[in-house]
Amino acid sequence: AGGVYWVDSQQKRYVPVKGDHVIGIVTAKAGDVFKLDVGGSEQASLSYLAFEGATKRNRPNVQVGDLIYGQFLVANKDMEPEMVCIDSSGRSTGMGIIGQDGFLFKVSLGLIRKLLAPKCEIIQELSQLYPFELVLGMNGRIWVKAKTVQQTLIIVNILEACEYMTAEQRKQALAKLSGN
Amino acid sequence: MAGDVKTKLSKNLLRMKFMQRGLDSQTKKQLEEEEKKIISEEHWYLDLPDLKEKESFIIEERSFMPCEDLLYGRMSFKGFNPEIEKLMIQMNSKCKEKEMEVDEKMEADVSDEEMARRQYETLVGTIGKKFMRKRDQRVLQDEDEDEDGSSNIRPSKKAKKKFLKPQD
Repeated sequence: AGGVYWVDSQQKRYVPVKGDHVIGIVTAKAGDVFKLDVGGSEQASLSYLAFEGATKRNRPNVQVGDLIYGQFLVANKDMEPEMVCIDSSGRSTGMGIIGQDGFLFKVSLGLIRKLLAPKCEIIQELSQLYPFELVLGMNGRIWVKAKTVQQTLIIVNILEACEYMTAEQRKQALAKLSGN
Repeated sequence: MAGDVKTKLSKNLLRMKFMQRGLDSQTKKQLEEEEKKIISEEHWYLDLPDLKEKESFIIEERSFMPCEDLLYGRMSFKGFNPEIEKLMIQMNSKCKEKEMEVDEKMEADVSDEEMARRQYETLVGTIGKKFMRKRDQRVLQDEDEDEDGSSNIRPSKKAKKKFLKPQD
């Protein structure tokens, strides 16, 4: 009879872990492989064939500076981390190039885990405000896109501040906003 | 004089292939073992007692995913991105129920079973027709023309012509 034990600590620096979904920024295109910055000690590599429906003729349209949501295929301390944008059955399941516009910012790893918890109040409360899209990377990066720039920035500010606000303060802030 | 002293052949000579053909398997094995002994004695080894590896029941997992049952990282709210919303339902139910089958296509008008049944029936029919005799084909044609199609009511077909015995 085993249980799962883990140590929860506050961390800002991300260490690549196999299977984690992260947001990476394309820094270079080297032949058949893209180099992504994932916030770790090394850049991750991503092959152009690791996208859904990619073949040698049909290459994905990835430019330097694009945002990619993918998962780690290989991530250990001895090797350069490798990412892919498809799962084991070849489907993309939402991974790949993250679209245009939107806003990318960084938070601590602990907050990401809090936001990804099954019944996260912050997410539930925010989802009542206005329509928006959200991508959370385990490497501490969050990408937000809403209909207007102002709405996007409001969501960004709330998420950043959630780190240090208590639940009541957050509810007050949101109440003010939905009153607007 | 000749048979008195058997010339002693050197070990190297005995090891040669043409000398070994005459030997039987046992002598061969013995020679091999002696060879191995010589080689292994030349190897260096640590004269330490054998350390037994402790059996560890601990599995180390570096990811947080199994610990806290985290949701999928891509989310959309209030219909901003309908595909992502569909994906959310899919991924999060997969997490909870651990189902491997994911149906991504839209609901079909005809269910899978119905589809399979129809295909099978037509297939059997097509192949069956190929091997039918001419008479049966005619019967089939009559049946087709009769649009009612219920198998109970057989269309009136001409009685099969039997051999009429000539009356004397």
